[in-house]
Amino acid sequence: MATYSTNEFKRGLKVMLDGDPCTIIENEFVKPGKGQAFNRTRLRNLKTGRVWEKTFKSGESLEAADVLDVDMQYLYSDGEFWYFMDPNTFEQVGASESAVSDAKNWLKEQDVCVVTLWNGEPISVTPPNHVVLQVTETDPGVRGDTATGATKPATLETGAVVQVPLFVDVGDLLKVDTRSGEYISRAKE
Amino acid sequence: MNEIPWQPAAGLDMLRLRARLLARIRDFFAERDVLEVETPLLSHSGLPTPQLESFAVYPASRPEALAGYLHTSPEFPMKRLLAAGSGSIYQICRVFRADERGRRHNPEFTLLEWYRVGFDAPALMDELELLLQRLFGSLPPVQRLSYREAFLQYAGIDGLDAAIAPLQRVLDEHAVPVPEAMPANDPDPWRDLVLTQVIEPRLPPAVFLYDYPASQAALARVRPGPPPVAERFELYLDGVEIANGFHELSDAVEQRRRFEAGNAARVGQGLAPVPLDEHLLAALDQGLPDCAGVAVGLDRLLMRAAGVNDIDAVLAFPWERA
Repeated sequence: MATYSTNEFKRGLKVMLDGDPCTIIENEFVKPGKGQAFNRTRLRNLKTGRVWEKTFKSGESLEAADVLDVDMQYLYSDGEFWYFMDPNTFEQVGASESAVSDAKNWLKEQDVCVVTLWNGEPISVTPPNHVVLQVTETDPGVRGDTATGATKPATLETGAVVQVPLFVDVGDLLKVDTRSGEYISRAKE
Repeated sequence: MNEIPWQPAAGLDMLRLRARLLARIRDFFAERDVLEVETPLLSHSGLPTPQLESFAVYPASRPEALAGYLHTSPEFPMKRLLAAGSGSIYQICRVFRADERGRRHNPEFTLLEWYRVGFDAPALMDELELLLQRLFGSLPPVQRLSYREAFLQYAGIDGLDAAIAPLQRVLDEHAVPVPEAMPANDPDPWRDLVLTQVIEPRLPPAVFLYDYPASQAALARVRPGPPPVAERFELYLDGVEIANGFHELSDAVEQRRRFEAGNAARVGQGLAPVPLDEHLLAALDQGLPDCAGVAVGLDRLLMRAAGVNDIDAVLAFPWERA
């Protein structure tokens, strides 16, 4: 397996740390002119999403992590696994609940997500930044109220709950930002 | 296809600021009768210390025929000029340090280095402060803190004490993650981590640190203790290391001993030993006049003058574009 020395560290590099694949999100080279050089890094554990702070003595190295981000189409879930297909190779993978994590709130069949594969296994799923989902449950809409800024909760077809303006009704299609979980606008299909 | 980044990283106004800075420095030394000199960038010997890695240079068609090393500072040949009776001298040159790259580091950078015959460390600090005032127009008075005082004040421990446990405790208290590969018997990497991660961010805007641990003397004289201290100083502006100065070691025997210890440490860390500079040792043996010298990182000085915190903003072509 390839290794990366501290002088190859940079944002986005995928490395193994404590047995888990990580991506470097920050790397600061620190060195007193006449002293020991260090790399202060922040790494995101790609399995758990947790951020680690680590310091390395310059010259140390880490094993490379065989991690790939692949655009894949979401197919369906059987409750245990969430299945995705590579539209180029038609190869399918099943992602566990821990890999899908919060992304499952936004997964709509046919949508293209980024699936992160580690040694070929899915370890995380990133939904598109914006998705269009139908409202399945909310208080009856109040017509004409577009100005007050008041909101109410609405449940979407995936089970996600978002705050929406009062005029939104069951059956409406909503455009939602998956990064913040916020309502953006009503949408036409 | 990716666009080839042919354009300079620094703006043209930054290049003009650099030119003005260089002109003012040359004026400053001309007024003081300090002679501008040039010495080789490519040399047969290197600096035997594990903390600096030189670039080795080979003819393109003969990778087996080592031509020499790019200098990491012009110190050795400048000392040979001093030994030959040059009097006070200065040089502005590019220096090269492998594996140093970051927001404040480029493997090739510009040093201003000067030597004053008859000066000690405090006298040279005074002159560096004058130069800074000249370059910046105005500057708050530069405070002076011994290495020990800085550690006491900002970390609550005695930085000259060689015990590792207190250093480790300070790092824990400040939530600084400690590398797994830290040595159990050498306090200096621990001190360096405390200095860079705990103390530097808390330093006054302009300050000299002086009287370093004897184990960090590099090429400075050691003043007998207890505890003995290296007659070495560093200038920090806004927590960034700008300059390093020494009351210069002139003892050839002691210099050879330090070189050999440096090479032994290199070998111990799996690094290649470098040939000792016998020219320098011969010059010291003949006699180096009592002098102090300082090296100033001009790119960082320019960063301070321009108010930027990334070295790429002051370099026409940083490493990735070189």
